[in-house]
Amino acid sequence: MSERSKFVDKEIRIVGAADKPRPPRDRVTTAAACVVGLFLLLAVFGPLVAPHDPNAVDPFNVNAGPSGAHLLGTDDTGRDILSRIICGTRASLTAPALVVLFSTIAGTLLALCAAWFGGWADRLVSGLLDVVFGFPGLIMAVLAAAVFGPGPTAPVIALSIAYLPLVTRVVRSAAMKERGLPYVAALHLLGAPTHRIWLRHLLPNLAPLVLVQATIGFGYALLDVAAISFIGLGSQPPDPEWGLMVSNGAPGILAGQPQQSLYAGLVVLVVVVAFNLLGSGLSRRLLGEGT
Amino acid sequence: MSPAFVATRLATLAVTVVIAGLAIHGALFLAPGDPATLLVGGARKPDPEVLAQIHREYHLDDPFLQSWWHWFGNCLHGDFGKSLVYRDSVGHLVAARAGDTFALVGYAAVLVLVTGTLAGTLAGLRGGRTESFVTAVTAGAMAIPTFIMSVLLIWVFAVQLPWFPVYGSGSGFVGTLTHLTLPAVALAVSWVGYVAQVTRTSVRTELRSEHVETARSRGVPESVVVRRHVLRNASGPIFAVSGVGVAGLIATTAVAEQAFGIGGLGALMIEAAGKQDLAVVQAVALLFVVVFVVVNTVVDLVSAALDPRTAQKGRA
Amino acid sequence: MSMKHSTPPLLDIDALRIDLPVGGAPRTAVHRADVRIAEGEAVALVGESGSGKSLTARAVLRLLPEGARTHGGLRFAGESVPDMSRARLREFRAGDVAMVFQDPRAHINPARGVGDFLIEGLTTARGVAVAEARTKVAGILREVGIGDAERRMRQRPWELSGGLLQRVMIAAALAAEPRLLLADEPTTALDVTTQEEVMAIISEAREARGLAMLFITHDLELAAAVCDRVAVMYAGSTVEDLPAAALHDDAAHPYTRALLASRPSVGDTRGGLRAITGRPLSGFEAPSGCAFAARCPRARELCDDEPPRSRPAGAGSAACHFPHTRAPEEAGSHA
Repeated sequence: MSERSKFVDKEIRIVGAADKPRPPRDRVTTAAACVVGLFLLLAVFGPLVAPHDPNAVDPFNVNAGPSGAHLLGTDDTGRDILSRIICGTRASLTAPALVVLFSTIAGTLLALCAAWFGGWADRLVSGLLDVVFGFPGLIMAVLAAAVFGPGPTAPVIALSIAYLPLVTRVVRSAAMKERGLPYVAALHLLGAPTHRIWLRHLLPNLAPLVLVQATIGFGYALLDVAAISFIGLGSQPPDPEWGLMVSNGAPGILAGQPQQSLYAGLVVLVVVVAFNLLGSGLSRRLLGEGT
Repeated sequence: MSPAFVATRLATLAVTVVIAGLAIHGALFLAPGDPATLLVGGARKPDPEVLAQIHREYHLDDPFLQSWWHWFGNCLHGDFGKSLVYRDSVGHLVAARAGDTFALVGYAAVLVLVTGTLAGTLAGLRGGRTESFVTAVTAGAMAIPTFIMSVLLIWVFAVQLPWFPVYGSGSGFVGTLTHLTLPAVALAVSWVGYVAQVTRTSVRTELRSEHVETARSRGVPESVVVRRHVLRNASGPIFAVSGVGVAGLIATTAVAEQAFGIGGLGALMIEAAGKQDLAVVQAVALLFVVVFVVVNTVVDLVSAALDPRTAQKGRA
Repeated sequence: MSMKHSTPPLLDIDALRIDLPVGGAPRTAVHRADVRIAEGEAVALVGESGSGKSLTARAVLRLLPEGARTHGGLRFAGESVPDMSRARLREFRAGDVAMVFQDPRAHINPARGVGDFLIEGLTTARGVAVAEARTKVAGILREVGIGDAERRMRQRPWELSGGLLQRVMIAAALAAEPRLLLADEPTTALDVTTQEEVMAIISEAREARGLAMLFITHDLELAAAVCDRVAVMYAGSTVEDLPAAALHDDAAHPYTRALLASRPSVGDTRGGLRAITGRPLSGFEAPSGCAFAARCPRARELCDDEPPRSRPAGAGSAACHFPHTRAPEEAGSHA
């Protein structure tokens, strides 16, 4: 039967893909992008649009419910909750942005080195990442806070390290694939210097993946940073950071004054979910896959 | 599962613990100034004589590896040093607090394992509306972090429905159970969602798999198909994700303890970090890392044993 | 070998239509499948990917994907398969019809032993005791050329080669003592060298048992070699049905002719191969007229407007407005 060839060849294939209905315009991703954009604007211009000074106490108007003057009410020292949430955007987004920035740059570099040099370099990077992976981010952040003192610096350093494996693993496998493509070998043969191949070809081709990873990572980093502030080791009072606001308002809940905690918590949830949805939308559009 | 696979995983475990120990001890020397001040802890200006004594006790003037080995070796023997802030041995402090953490993580783990896998399996097998409903609920649950769930639960149960106590860890079995219910739910909720989602996906994948089609084509009763083919084959991924979930509980128990005022190890670590009492933070951090890594390793080994395909890869 | 005069036929697929849900809306994947198999007869269902041949075979066992609907007749020994109760369906699958799938690696559960796979049908669906079932399948394993049956049954699927695993699947099908075997491209996933052995095993087992077979393949030559009759499917419809022996001389449908011309036959080293111009349509894409019209050298206006009905042509029947008649001008004209 070996000499018997099949009439099914490359051009004869089931053609079902062409008549699939086109995916509807991705409204969810657009909405998520709008929410993210809004909060990025607030991070920059927040203090200009906030109705009140976020730190102005008003001893005669503590724990007030929503009113015309204070749309979300006031906290236990009479500060305007809405203004604190708006002005807290900057602090709440800066720390996760730094975490994502550091871990993405370092992780991408590590991944490129591992993929490019292979062999022992790859094994070293993988081994290192396995070790870092065994060290939970929160524990690392608490240790850093103990060494450097409470404040946003220590958690940013610790989480940047803790997020390395996530970035590196994904980028590494993509870089491996990219490195194996014939055009890279061709560039090599043509005598293109390594740094040129990296900057002009590998990085631009990996950029969409890195962007998707960074977007999704931002949501997680925001949660972790807020959680660390919540346990009292991140931003310190009277900074209007969201995680800190949730914890500041916690005693008030028992007294029937939940607004500070709930509104701050709700904002965290909305922003995190927006980043996640934006990330998976970008992944579908840029990488052609659903996450 | 091949011996080489087991050996590699155990070696990785040992290396991770050793390097984590190096990093934890090395953290002392990262801070500006005299590392001994961190071991004294507190904000007050330490006495130079106390500092000199600390230097001797912790071998801080010896080469790094020697001082590390002094600390790490002692830890391996169960001697975690002394806390000058708490005026007690760290070992005592840890022993006194470990029970609450163990109970909380154990309770949350039961919630994750039972609720997560059951909801996921049900959704995967039933399909249709049940599946859509469970998927929507668990996707929502996944997005809620422990600290936000904590304030939500406190709000609902302290103010609206006073069914459960919202503070402290209680005494006696029933007392502990009722006190730990809300913290355990807050800690478990996002992992329940995660485990349910992965479970549902694996069950669905197996239901649609070719070998299930074969079994059905032979007239094998559906209950047998579900038990022997769908659940048996999905058990590897389900176990793996459950293990990741339990490890995740260990990593984040500190937040739940802090939110509900439970004096467990996590709360101890946070408290000590706030007082910059590094002797305590180091010991508890090392303990958490060891438990975290051990759980992850056990999960890897068991899920490899459950899934013949990973064992096969390990063999190569 | 053939016993063509038995009535009713063992399997009677009569104007079968299959609708599959695609993105929520039902779409027709198989428009009209007509296949009749007599007791002990082997019929090949030949077609390209997407022609609906595998769906038709799965419809016989009601193994279609969730939400699929069938219309038309589908009878086994006179009994309507779509009307079977759940219990009767299980009995039917466990004893009357057995299926051999294309890829044994995917179709045998990798997490369970080879022995468990072999006896499962007997023990769970037929209530045979485990020891008895093991003895029985061990015998069948030897029959399909697996000598060390006891050892193989203790092994895991991944420890066996693809050819060996396909023999295991055949043995599992034979263990049910069915009257009809459905073979869905049973050799396509195998190495070329083992394909012939597996086909020979199937043929021998059929002869020994007087077993009827519906053989799904895209290989017309192979179909003619192992079957009594050949049915050709295109874009979700059976377009021609004729005795295997008459295939080369009597094929009436232009599509069948084109398939014959597009493949090399043994010993024919003269001219090149003729590719069929255009691309094949899947059942989903079939137009209102004749589905093959766009690629057919004989097509006229009528073909685009009106779907051809199956009519007697040559030694069998063909669904074509302008069928070839004897004295082929095209099939052999490339010399």
